[in-house]
Amino acid sequence: MLIKFYIKPRKGVLDPQGRAVSESLKSLGFSDVKDVKVGKYIEVYIENKDKEKAIEEAKEMAKKALVNDLIEDYEFEVVE
Amino acid sequence: MKFGVAVYPGSNCDYDTYYVIRDILKKEVEFVDYRESSIEKFDCIVVPGGFSFGDYLRPGAIASHTPLTNALKEFAEKGKFVIGICNGFQILTEAHLLPGALLPNNHGRFVCKHQYLKVENDKTPFTKRLSKSQVIKLPIAHHDGNYFVDEETLKKMEEKGQIILRYCDKDGNVNENTNPNGSISNIAGVCNEKFNVFGLMPHPERACEPLLGSSDGLNLLLSLIE
Repeated sequence: MLIKFYIKPRKGVLDPQGRAVSESLKSLGFSDVKDVKVGKYIEVYIENKDKEKAIEEAKEMAKKALVNDLIEDYEFEVVE
Repeated sequence: MKFGVAVYPGSNCDYDTYYVIRDILKKEVEFVDYRESSIEKFDCIVVPGGFSFGDYLRPGAIASHTPLTNALKEFAEKGKFVIGICNGFQILTEAHLLPGALLPNNHGRFVCKHQYLKVENDKTPFTKRLSKSQVIKLPIAHHDGNYFVDEETLKKMEEKGQIILRYCDKDGNVNENTNPNGSISNIAGVCNEKFNVFGLMPHPERACEPLLGSSDGLNLLLSLIE
């Protein structure tokens, strides 16, 4: 099974990369760009075949290592 | 007082720190490998600067759950001293030994220069040789030194005197223009509630001899051994 983590700077937390990309897109003529957030995408492959268990494990992984919840928001999905 | 200097893969200020403790402070010091977990013989562990584990995931994130860092939690619980410098500060926040987190600099660039700092609390074991509002000069060299903490925690930290150093100019003015990285309230260094864990982005170990442009860092380290 595969767990896909999508991590991005938390709302209200400064994102210099996002700001730079936003300015760059605007300079290319994409004038409707309002905001850009640059985050991380992580794939974790696991042996486990129990989806419920995988969801629990994903939450633990995020809490203990993958995400710093003071500065980051995240979502994840478990793919069989 | 016996010192340990933590060494993680990617630490690069470990030898500078070791040199200052051994040759300038003239104290007993040993390197401590990140896989080590018995550290009872030490009185103070310095977590030095660098790019531990390549700054992968987030600066300090991977180093924060190694055997040594886990042992530091119990070590600090016992009231022993821990100092985190630069990447060491990032490691200590990731390990929750200190509040807050260090974000990328607000301007997106690496900053490397001498920086004036205002002493906010001179009653800690790390600053007792300095005086409140004194301006000191230390080198800074980082990409992720933008200190962030939520408003509520910041208020509590201010009340308890946990803010130790703030970025300022040579006259001690603390404002947006004297902030090199976007840190909230110009914060450069903080302590835990028990005042035995200290983290700072500037490098005191690089400012211990007049030859290097400043010896203000020595006063921070001497405070602890007196």
